[in-house]
Amino acid sequence: MTNFFVNGKEVQVDVDPSTPLLWVLRDSLGMTGTKFGCGMALCGACTVHLDGKAIRSCVSPLSRVVGRHVTTIEGLSDNLSHPLQKAWIEIDVPQCGYCQSGQLMSAAVLLAENPKPTDKDIDEAMGGNICRCGTYPRIRQAIHRAAELAGDRRSK
Amino acid sequence: MSAPAMVTRRSFIRTGAAVGGGLLVTLYSPIPSDAISVAHARVGSSTADQSGVAVNAFVRIAPDESVTVISAHSEMGQGIYTSLPMLLNEELEADWSRMHVEAAPVDKVYNHPAFGIQMTGGSTTSPAEWERYRKVGATARIMLIQAAAQQWKVEPASCHVEKGVVIHAATGHRATYGSLASAAAALTPPTDVPLKNPKDFTLVGKSTRRLDTPPKVNGTAQFGLDVNLPGMLSAVVARPPCFGGHVKKFDASEALRVPGVKSVVEVPSGVAVIAQGFWPAKLGRDKLQIDWDLGPNAGLSTEQMLRDFSETSKNPGAIARKAGDPQAALKSAAKTITAEYDVPYLAHAMMEPLNCVVDLRPDSAELWTGTQFETVDRANAAKTAGLPPEKVQIHTTLLGGGFGRRANPASDFVIEAVEVAKVAKAPVKVVWTREDDLKGGWYRPMWHDRFAAGIDGSGNPVAWTHTIVGQSIIAGTPFEAFGIKNGIDSASVEGAADLLYGIPNLQVDLHTPKIGVPVQWWRSVGHSHTGFSVEAFLDEVAHAGGKDPYELRRTLLAKQPRMLAVLELAAQKANWGSKLAPGVGRGIATHFSFDSYVAQVVEASVQKGEVRVHRVVCAVDCGLVINPDTVQAQMQGGIIFGLTAALKTEITLKDGKIEQSNFHDYQMLRIFESPQIEVHIVPSTNSPTGVGEPGVPPVAPALANAIFAATGKRMRRLPIRNSDLA
Repeated sequence: MTNFFVNGKEVQVDVDPSTPLLWVLRDSLGMTGTKFGCGMALCGACTVHLDGKAIRSCVSPLSRVVGRHVTTIEGLSDNLSHPLQKAWIEIDVPQCGYCQSGQLMSAAVLLAENPKPTDKDIDEAMGGNICRCGTYPRIRQAIHRAAELAGDRRSK
Repeated sequence: MSAPAMVTRRSFIRTGAAVGGGLLVTLYSPIPSDAISVAHARVGSSTADQSGVAVNAFVRIAPDESVTVISAHSEMGQGIYTSLPMLLNEELEADWSRMHVEAAPVDKVYNHPAFGIQMTGGSTTSPAEWERYRKVGATARIMLIQAAAQQWKVEPASCHVEKGVVIHAATGHRATYGSLASAAAALTPPTDVPLKNPKDFTLVGKSTRRLDTPPKVNGTAQFGLDVNLPGMLSAVVARPPCFGGHVKKFDASEALRVPGVKSVVEVPSGVAVIAQGFWPAKLGRDKLQIDWDLGPNAGLSTEQMLRDFSETSKNPGAIARKAGDPQAALKSAAKTITAEYDVPYLAHAMMEPLNCVVDLRPDSAELWTGTQFETVDRANAAKTAGLPPEKVQIHTTLLGGGFGRRANPASDFVIEAVEVAKVAKAPVKVVWTREDDLKGGWYRPMWHDRFAAGIDGSGNPVAWTHTIVGQSIIAGTPFEAFGIKNGIDSASVEGAADLLYGIPNLQVDLHTPKIGVPVQWWRSVGHSHTGFSVEAFLDEVAHAGGKDPYELRRTLLAKQPRMLAVLELAAQKANWGSKLAPGVGRGIATHFSFDSYVAQVVEASVQKGEVRVHRVVCAVDCGLVINPDTVQAQMQGGIIFGLTAALKTEITLKDGKIEQSNFHDYQMLRIFESPQIEVHIVPSTNSPTGVGEPGVPPVAPALANAIFAATGKRMRRLPIRNSDLA
């Protein structure tokens, strides 16, 4: 049995500890918001947070997260209230939408560490996330917008 | 759109039963005419379910005021789950905030109005559904008004609608659509349904936020890979290393020792490992010992094919178009130039790898998958399962990208999943890994294009010959009779045989080699190679004749006002002719595809031996625009898709095996390589034309032409290699 925390709740799974966190989330816990894209940490679709840092869950064994806190897209907010979610909706970033969980989770770490990122900061932070539909221009725009929204919220 | 409501037909029925009443509107649209012959209305889903008509509804209005649009087409990112509700609600005039979307089940009522099967592709949904969804909305509105008028004993003509409320101004009566739905459903549907004049549109033509964005930013959107059924198993399949190969023998003993692996069985496409969850299935597959018969294609190599294609192109093929006397005109021309162009096989590489869930029972089957090809997949699944098609239902999920791969004439990923389900003895989800996807075939064909042009004394082209070599996508499929005429697959020569430029002596011909690599339509299909080769070669013609590439195009498009207009718009917005920073070049290209006109200007440079794309200006005329923001998004995405093909990707074979495996050797354009993109839409009152694909073809040639402007080097093959720049 392995215990860890997902979106603030403690969970217990009976899975081989070498199993990638991605498949524990998707197949054992039924949390399908985190996506499978490549299995080799090349595309970023599986990005989640481990104690606040972005990790690729497709190459992170369950043993790495024992007792630690994992945040998935389902935990970004429970009511679409995260500034990134608001900005993504306002700018209509997604097309097919499949990569967007990973995009948002990468962007959330960027904004947490850098509240006013430049285009260059965004390019560096988001370079590991592929979008085949080509939503990059809107991702850039929406991260700037989310930074504004988060700034407004902080100043209130 | 609530995510759960989109998932299954089961939930569709359940939702309907729960609300216990409402209005369903169905329009039967006989093929090939799109005239509406019968309109049906039914009260409530229970009645409808018994009659079997409920599944045919295009819209459902419930007592809780929700309006559910049933989409006959799949959402793969192109925005159709918003555009179709916009069309419908332009006429229905319900409260937009109450709109929901569901995927249609498979039924002939949802057949594509032009193609006669249920499918999504060819950038055709908006053009094809332009009338049908508006008529559904108008029919429902008329019936709801009539129901209100009867209750109030007033003339329907004296009532009007505001955001889903019928109002009789003289008496102050008001009633909501939800409260009127049951009464409306008892009425006889109108036969004459007038539609608004487009100049009176209030919703269509205005940028409208997508209905599918909220579930796509909180993890609740359901893609095929996310489907989970009670007792469901997962499977991966080991497929032959070469196309056409098969299993000689295999040893599963180690695979079966992996905890969670339930069984290992041979299926027609390879060896399936069936397990509790993806990961044990994948670990089990890694441990399989398989002795393969490599089959008839083990000798294929890209290098040899390139040589063969070039050799073949030295002689003309089957004539696709001929005008004047191109050979004589070449001989008498003041100057002639020739060039050869090559593009490789390309994988679609949707972010969501292929997958299909099958629940196979003795007398029926249900499938869940993101497909673009419901009718074909159902027929093939039924045949594989030994069931009549009507006993097979497909639940179309959201598609994590399609780009044509999920419209497979052979239903490869669907019938394989049915084969696995036959032996799994439980509901099963077959999952492809990224490696499976890239090595799995059904690529955009590789193409070779050989050109010759004759230029007169004043620098204008007077002769143009274009010989194309490449596999046919539809040869050997049920669509062959449809699209191959006199040896010409129209998709092989599109964008070349229908060249808009006024060149008096012209020939386009085609060789169609048979090669054992499965090929398929890939976003923009034939245009994905002709757009590049034709527009890059035209740039060569301009320079050989001493003409500005923009001005030459203007001259040659004198009789093509719509293309001329986008060309001029793109050039104007890009400041064509103005000075650029040192080392930066500007290139231009136009392309007509899917009945839309697109021109693009690219600014690019070569820095430290690598291409940098700085800016892309795009002008598009796609007729009347339904959702301008969606047109913007599709042009942006199409440009990035096209740049990926121009700069990054190729599928190659050596000893019959695919050399690429994942995103390290089949690289996608990334955000730091993504240029500034500006999209300008030409206002139009013409009928809507394609949007999903036309943004792709012009960007590779515009880039190649920009690199020439910057460096003097011609890029005649894709992807552009750094060695070509040196």
